Amino acid sequence: MSRFLDLTLGGVTYGAIYAAVALALVLIWRATRILNFAQGAMAMFSTYIASSLVERHVSYWVALVVALASGALIGAVVERVVVRPVERRPPLNAVIVTLGLLVAIEALAGIIWGGSLRSFPSYFSQVGLVVGRTRLAFSHFDVYVVCAVIVVLLGFVILFRFTDVGLRMRASAFSPEVSRLLGVRVGRTLTLGWALASMVGALAGVLAAPKLFLGPNFMDAVFIYGFTAAVIGGLESPLGAVIGGIVTGLSLSYVGGYLGSSLDALGALVIVMIVLMVRPRGIFTPIAERRV
Amino acid sequence: MSVAWIWRLRLPNQPMLRHLTLAISGGALLFVLTTVLSSFNDYQVAQIGVYAVALAGLTLLTGANGQISLGNGAFMAVGAYGAGLLLAHTDVPIAVALLLAVAVGAVAGVVIGIPASRLRGPYLAGMTLALAVGLPSMVTKFSSVFGGDQGLSIAPPTPPNGVDPERWLAWIVLLCVVIVLVLLGNLMRSRFGRAFRAVRDDEVAASLVGISVARTQVLAFAVSAGCAGLAGGLFGLTIGGANPDAFNVQLSISLLAGVVLGGTGSLFGVWWGAVLLVYVPQWATSVAGTLNLQTGQSSNLALLFYGVVLVVVMLAAPGGLQGGIRRLTTLFVDKVRAGIQPSLPSTEGEHT
Repeated sequence: MSRFLDLTLGGVTYGAIYAAVALALVLIWRATRILNFAQGAMAMFSTYIASSLVERHVSYWVALVVALASGALIGAVVERVVVRPVERRPPLNAVIVTLGLLVAIEALAGIIWGGSLRSFPSYFSQVGLVVGRTRLAFSHFDVYVVCAVIVVLLGFVILFRFTDVGLRMRASAFSPEVSRLLGVRVGRTLTLGWALASMVGALAGVLAAPKLFLGPNFMDAVFIYGFTAAVIGGLESPLGAVIGGIVTGLSLSYVGGYLGSSLDALGALVIVMIVLMVRPRGIFTPIAERRV
Repeated sequence: MSVAWIWRLRLPNQPMLRHLTLAISGGALLFVLTTVLSSFNDYQVAQIGVYAVALAGLTLLTGANGQISLGNGAFMAVGAYGAGLLLAHTDVPIAVALLLAVAVGAVAGVVIGIPASRLRGPYLAGMTLALAVGLPSMVTKFSSVFGGDQGLSIAPPTPPNGVDPERWLAWIVLLCVVIVLVLLGNLMRSRFGRAFRAVRDDEVAASLVGISVARTQVLAFAVSAGCAGLAGGLFGLTIGGANPDAFNVQLSISLLAGVVLGGTGSLFGVWWGAVLLVYVPQWATSVAGTLNLQTGQSSNLALLFYGVVLVVVMLAAPGGLQGGIRRLTTLFVDKVRAGIQPSLPSTEGEHT
C-alpha cells in the first residue's frame, strides 16, 4: 500500500511537469494548428542557459527568470523566422520544419555544452517530507513543482478569460480573418502566443532537470509524455492538458513501478493509441468533425 | 541536329517493361561500378543501398500517401532483430532471413498502421515518435532474447571464392535495392498507387469513388514498414550486428531528412537522400577534425546539418533535389523538343 502511495505521489510530480509541456503544446496548437515538435528541445536549450548561469554562482531564481526569458525569445524567433512561412502550407510541412528544429537545436546544444549529463540544482530539498512517522516520496521540491504548474495554469485562465490580450489571442486563433478586420494584429498575437508557450516549456525544462539530469536529449521522453498528456486532453483545452498530464504521470508511474521502468515510453504509446482509438479528438473536447 | 535522335529514344510505355529496362540498365551500371571501386567504397555503396531501401519505403508512405512516420527507424530495428535472430539460431540462407525481415517489418507496420489510419498529420507524427523512442527499450527489457545494450552480432555473408567480402555485400544490397525499386515503381503505377495518391489528395473524394481510405492507409504503412524491415536486415548485415543505439530517434528523423531532401514521393530522389545519409556523417567527421572539436561532436554536426536541411528545404524548395532537377529537365527537354519537333507532346515526369 505504501508503495502504491509512493508511486502515486511520484506520478503527481512528474504529471505536473508533463502538464507544463502539454500546456505549451496546447497553446501553440490552439493559436496556429501546429504541433511544435521542437518544444522539448527549446526547453532543453533554455535549461542549459540556466545551468551555465547557476554554475557561475548566479542565484537559482535569477537563472530561472533568465531561462524563462530566453524561452520566450526562442519561441518568438522560431515563430517569426521558420514557422510563419509554413503556416499556410499543408500541415505536413510544419511538422517537418519543427522536427528539423528539434534535431538542429539538440545537436547545437551537444556542440556547445557537450553530450555528457550534468546535474541541475533543485533549490528545494529533494528529501521526502515526513508525515507522522512515515517518509513520503514527496519532497519540498515536489511541492514547488506542483505549485508552479498550478500557478501557470491559473495565470493562463486569468489571461484568456479576463484580459484584453487573452481575448485577442482567442479571437485570432478562432478566426484570423475577422480578427484582422476588427483591428487585431494577428501576426503579433501569434508571436506572443509562441513566446508564452515556449516560456512554459522552459519552466518545464527547469523543473524536470533536477530529477532527470540535464543532457541534450533529456527532454525527448518528457516531450513524448507531454504530447500524450495533450492528446488525452484533446490538444484544445488547457485544463484538459493539466488533467491529461496528471493522468499520464500517474499511469506511467504505475507502469514503471509495477512492470519495469524501461517500459515508460511504450506505456505512453499504448495510452496514446487507446485514447485516439476511443476518442480521436481527446477526452476533453466536444466531438467535432474532422476538417477536410 | 546530331543530338536529336536521343530525344526520340523513348522508354517503353508499359510500366513493367519500362521499370525493368531501367532496373536492368541501372543495375548493370552499378555492377560495373562496384567492380571498379575499392573495397572501402564498395562498403559505402552497400550503405547507400541500405538507406535507399529505407527511404524508398518512407517516400511511398509520406510522398505518395501523405502519412508521416517517425517510426521507420523502429521498423528497421524490427527487421534487423528479426533477421539477426533467425541467422543466429538457424543456418538458413541470407535470402530467407531478409524475407523474414520484410515480413516482420510489414506485420509491425500493420499493427501500428491500423491505429495510425485514424490519425492525421501531427497526431500521427507524435504517435510514431513515441514508437521510435519506446521500442528500443524493449531490447533492454527482454535482454535475454535481444542481447540487451550489447545487441546481437550478425555474421557477415560469406562470399563465393575470389570475391571481395565488401563487394559481395554491395551486390546483395544492390540486388535488393533494384528489386524494391522495381516493385515500388510498379506499385506506384498500379491502381494501389493511384489509390494512395487519391487518399493523400482528398480523402472524401477518394472514398466517394469507392476507395477504402483506412485500408489504403494501412496498406501503405505495411509496404513502407516492410521496406524498412528489409533495410534493417541489410543494415544488420553491413554493420555485422544489431544494437538498440543504432536505431534511435535520430535515425528516424535522418530518414525523414533524406526523403525531404531527395524530393518527397520521388523514387529517383531516394538516391540523393541515401548518398546524403552516408556522406554527411563522413563530412561531419572531417569538419569536426579540422575544427578540433571533441570526439562525439561529429555526429552532432551531422544532425545539425540534417535539421537545417529539413527546415531550409521545407521553406525554400518543398520539392527537394529531385523536384528541382525535374523542373530543370522538363524545361530543357521542352525547349529542345520545341526546337526539333513542335508537335511532340511533352512526357509527364516519371516516378512521381
